[in-house]
Amino acid sequence: MKNWPNIDKSRLSGKGAKGWLSLALPGSLLIALLIIWEMAVHLSGIEKWLLPSPSLILKSLWETKDLILHHSLQTLYEALLGLVIAVLVGVLIAIMIDLSTRIRQAVYPLLVVSQTIPIIAVAPLLMIWFGYGMTTKILVVALVCFFPIAVNLADGFRLVDQEMIRLLASMGASKGQMFRMVKLPAALPFFFSGMRIAGTYSVMGAVIGEWLGASRGLGIFMTRSSQSFLTDRVFASILVIVFLSLIIFGLIEGMARWLMPWHRRSDFK
Amino acid sequence: MPVKLQISQLRKSFGEGNQNQVLALDRVSMSVGKNEFVGLIGPSGSGKSSLLDILAGLSLPDTGEILMDGKSLLGRKGEVSYMPQSDVLFPWRTILDNVTIPMEVAGIPRKEARKEAMGLLPTFGLESFAESYPKMLSGGMRQRASFLRTFLCKKDMMLLDEPFGKLDALTRMQMQEWLLDMWQKFQHAVLFVTHDVEEAILLCDRIYVLSARPGRVLGEVEVNLPRPRTSVMSTNSDFIRLKRNLLEMLKEGTGH
Repeated sequence: MKNWPNIDKSRLSGKGAKGWLSLALPGSLLIALLIIWEMAVHLSGIEKWLLPSPSLILKSLWETKDLILHHSLQTLYEALLGLVIAVLVGVLIAIMIDLSTRIRQAVYPLLVVSQTIPIIAVAPLLMIWFGYGMTTKILVVALVCFFPIAVNLADGFRLVDQEMIRLLASMGASKGQMFRMVKLPAALPFFFSGMRIAGTYSVMGAVIGEWLGASRGLGIFMTRSSQSFLTDRVFASILVIVFLSLIIFGLIEGMARWLMPWHRRSDFK
Repeated sequence: MPVKLQISQLRKSFGEGNQNQVLALDRVSMSVGKNEFVGLIGPSGSGKSSLLDILAGLSLPDTGEILMDGKSLLGRKGEVSYMPQSDVLFPWRTILDNVTIPMEVAGIPRKEARKEAMGLLPTFGLESFAESYPKMLSGGMRQRASFLRTFLCKKDMMLLDEPFGKLDALTRMQMQEWLLDMWQKFQHAVLFVTHDVEEAILLCDRIYVLSARPGRVLGEVEVNLPRPRTSVMSTNSDFIRLKRNLLEMLKEGTGH
């Protein structure tokens, strides 16, 4: 979770015939893999608590859907709340770093080093300090997610086109006007590439928080299922985690398209 | 003709200490009359950009003075309409929202600014691009939008920094004629920086020639060609004589 790719424009604009193919290709590969898995399980006769077949996983997902929904909502709630806190903290840190080179020099390296601390080691500490309640989970999510947002946004502020700043300066614009008219919109694509990473981490963060102890949530559901050798349920919850992550990713993508309409029309020339 | 802009004895150097100091401008004096189109031509490194920076209020000279309408212009931003070399259109804004930037900076209400800009779009040949984003426009159209934005700074002193330097020859010729047409309509005082001799002769009333570093005024040339001018004039004998004049002056200035 320590890498943060640069803005990928194709992800924002890819449409048309190629867009259709970009769904069909991974889709058919996935289906092929699932068929192989299904056949392998049936032919080998492997025990279902060791490796359940895809059809069994779907069946179990259907049968436990009320229970899984109950746990999923909790996890989704924690992930979203943690993400919101991460955005607030990340944006604040990015603005602070951008205020002066001194602050950047002081904060930036510490920020990077802080990310080498494995979250799985910090989570039990949070548990000791904040208990088994929701606060701990939300904090884990926020800790995992603020970093890509802060670093990407700070880069966006730093890489702003100096010609634009000069032009506004020649018009007599104030610092506030320059920030609002140039820095903020110029940094938006960077902010969203940070958000995409943070969004995919958020559900994972919530699940890690719940593993260590909770009364409700997909993490504790997984722990209980695996301890009871209900492997099909473990797989079912993995499926749901993927689904939840995709929902959050989709929300972020939708927001990016809505806030950056100029990015969408890049197919024109 | 009454004087709009008076630049006298401008000196500008860069770098710290006596050893590392580089002199960019040395005793530069020139003037621009009201409604006058003045060219500034010189090799690269002649301090043209330094001069424009000072005129736009973005930096201060070591010594010297600039008067506009009799008042000192030194360190004052937002007093002239400045058009940078590249179009510097904001990719996240539509053309309409790009050209209204100077009015937004000046605090004019959005609705009012848009209305005024909308009224000017046809004059600048941009009426069908109001809601387009800059990347959907050709280089020439982008330059028009950039010029309209400069125009909407609403200062009657315009600084144009090689506005057509990055366009292809054909578009460039069209834009020169278009600019002449615009200028005929609005009659601002213009200081036009270029390193293209023909462009300078075609557009300007008077041309100052700067030397290579440090930038000094080598001389000034009156362009007595009748207006309105067209690019066809570049084959006329007066035009060619002026061109030879200027080229020789530039050659001496670079010391070759």
